[in-house]
Amino acid sequence: MDLKELKYTKSHEWVKETDDGCLEIGLTDYAQKQLGDLVFVNLPMEGDEVAAGEPFADVESVKAVSDVYSPVTGVVDAVNEELLDAPELINESPYEAWLIRVKDAGEREELMTAKEYEDFVENEG
Amino acid sequence: MEKKTPLYDCHVAAHGKIVPFAGYLLPVQYETGVIAEHMAVRQKAGLFDVSHMGELIICGRDALKNLQMLLTNDFKGMADGQARYSPMCCENGGIVDDLIVYRIEEEAYLIVVNASNKDKDYDWMKEHMGGEAKILDISERVAQIALQGPRSHDILCRIAGKEDIPEKYYYGKFHADIQGTDCLISRTGYTGEDGYEIYLGADRAEEMWNLLLESGREEGLIPCGLGCRDTLRLEAAMPLYGHEMDENITPLEAGLPFAVKMKKDDFIGKNAILEKGEPSRKRVGLKVTGRGIIREQAEIFAGDRSIGFSTSGTHCPYLGYPAAMAMLEMPYTQPGTAVKALVRGRMIDAEVVALPFYKRAK
Repeated sequence: MDLKELKYTKSHEWVKETDDGCLEIGLTDYAQKQLGDLVFVNLPMEGDEVAAGEPFADVESVKAVSDVYSPVTGVVDAVNEELLDAPELINESPYEAWLIRVKDAGEREELMTAKEYEDFVENEG
Repeated sequence: MEKKTPLYDCHVAAHGKIVPFAGYLLPVQYETGVIAEHMAVRQKAGLFDVSHMGELIICGRDALKNLQMLLTNDFKGMADGQARYSPMCCENGGIVDDLIVYRIEEEAYLIVVNASNKDKDYDWMKEHMGGEAKILDISERVAQIALQGPRSHDILCRIAGKEDIPEKYYYGKFHADIQGTDCLISRTGYTGEDGYEIYLGADRAEEMWNLLLESGREEGLIPCGLGCRDTLRLEAAMPLYGHEMDENITPLEAGLPFAVKMKKDDFIGKNAILEKGEPSRKRVGLKVTGRGIIREQAEIFAGDRSIGFSTSGTHCPYLGYPAAMAMLEMPYTQPGTAVKALVRGRMIDAEVVALPFYKRAK
């Protein structure tokens, strides 16, 4: 996956626009490194509504639980059920392991380009 | 401002992820990650910096008499080098701390306490001591390294003589020699595996850490952080102060009757424990049968009835399922009892199971 084609949030999610106009949301490599070994993912259901700036899922490492935030308002078109049994896929290949796909995207948070996100992470660390 | 242990530079050099813990800067994990570190200890060996632990000495003609009064276990008839676990109670029967006592000799004992309670313990003991005995805090001068896992013995044999390695669990050898360094080698630990805890002068800690890592490399020894120390002790159902124990929980409620000797003449907290009689709640194990992870301080329900709270919980890397310990009302402590935990607004199904979750094969 070309990381330059993705957009990024300040809460370390990545967003990919698909050919059919949906948005896939996942966690960045920086996020998975900070979280550590993931052992549980709680995802919304297909058809659930998500809201920009609100949590839509939680991921749990051995040590702690963290929210995952949606950068857009919309409806969950699909969830990556593979992650329910294998949350470690987020650690292994964070940019393949999308969590949800959102359709009917409305309001959007301001997103960063790959370069902007890189700078953002550098300043945060 | 957090303190550094004598091994701080080693952790940074090894890319340990440093966090504040009990007043110290310690690695929660290395680049290997909590799960790999956990598995190394269950299957091979892991090395932990536990220099944050507190070390106190009680010595003098009335040292034993004072221990008998301060602590709930019985320390009569111990051999030199022998270790014994004990809670220390308040007058109300709640727990001030849990600790390990080593007999150095007839009139001198080493007491190893939790880092977060060390000053409280020192003050408490000093205030309640009498007769001819004094207490010293030697924590700053002592480093402690834990070598844990099934290959620990083989690793230690490479660098220490047979006569310096304790054969039995809960025994230690004072003035053991590891390649010229004077140590206490103790066959104890907090992981549920065979292993050793090595106490030595803070100035020799770095050298010993590197020597152990070098000697264990072929056996698969890796440095391990606090993260897996917690998951390992949870699988082994070992209680942790501030979670399974505090000043409002008695040792009987915490499931430690083996370390409370009611036949002893007297000890602080004995009357309160006697007056309370049979405890009305008890520490149990919970195995998650639904989806999710129960962590500490989740309210536990049987049907609609609130029956207690969880004290610690995580995903157990070796067992492969989430588990928790909880303090539940006595009628709900039978293994097989179905319960629910309220976690972040969601109910997670769980079942009461016997402790420990994990016990190593002998």
